[in-house]
Amino acid sequence: MLPILTSFIIATLFSVGLIIAEMTDPARVIGFLDIAGRWDATLLLVMGGALAVTLPLFPWIQRRKKSLLGEPLRVPTARRIDARLIIGAAIFGIGWGLGGFCPGPALASLASAIPGVILFVIAMAVGQWLAGRINS
Amino acid sequence: MADANIYGGLLGGALIGLAAALLLLVNGRIAGVSGICAGLISANPLREKFWRAAFVMGLVSGSALYGWIHGATPLRLQTGSAGLLLAGLLVGFGTRLSSGCTSGHGVCGLARRSPRSLVATITFIAFGVLTVYLTRHVF
Repeated sequence: MLPILTSFIIATLFSVGLIIAEMTDPARVIGFLDIAGRWDATLLLVMGGALAVTLPLFPWIQRRKKSLLGEPLRVPTARRIDARLIIGAAIFGIGWGLGGFCPGPALASLASAIPGVILFVIAMAVGQWLAGRINS
Repeated sequence: MADANIYGGLLGGALIGLAAALLLLVNGRIAGVSGICAGLISANPLREKFWRAAFVMGLVSGSALYGWIHGATPLRLQTGSAGLLLAGLLVGFGTRLSSGCTSGHGVCGLARRSPRSLVATITFIAFGVLTVYLTRHVF
């Protein structure tokens, strides 16, 4: 029960971060990607702000054998840079550039109940499901 | 250049980073939103699904809570329904294929000094830039 509660609270914090940074506004995201237009540095500052916290903290946390709730630390073990990684990231980038949404901000924006956001999230789930079928 | 949201960006980013560090410290999990979702729709024991569902609900509730206190924040859609449908399919498909998105590869992966995540992050930003260039300045 406790991991469910902490997951919920931590995600709430994550979401408030996204909103304060205005990453739930696709115009900000497209503005960052539009280097030939009126370039918007906000997303770069968000990445910088996040990495300023995670870069020093992650190695320190990863030294632990177990999490505070006694769970093993589950960190990805894959090391190969293969075609799936690069092709998948490229496809994600194209979708990101088209809509200005990545998964976190899209889910946080569901609270707005804007039909276009709901449509995006449903399509995203379908896309994940399709890729899952190809993977297996 | 457009006016960047300097303080909002840095403070919001720091909160995102803090949340990612807390999820690893407390739950032992990587705060990669696409991966958390993927584990929700694929075959997994219920125990695995509950914390993931709670994370997704937390994302929605955080933004609902903020909107309730401060009023709605700007959300300027950049494309119509057909564009959003296609974008959603590509984002879902691509993040699953490459096992991560902006949070999993960008925030957590780079913090783990993962070469895979560095390659993925450079690739999705490059293709995002290329896509915006083509849709805004060429066609």
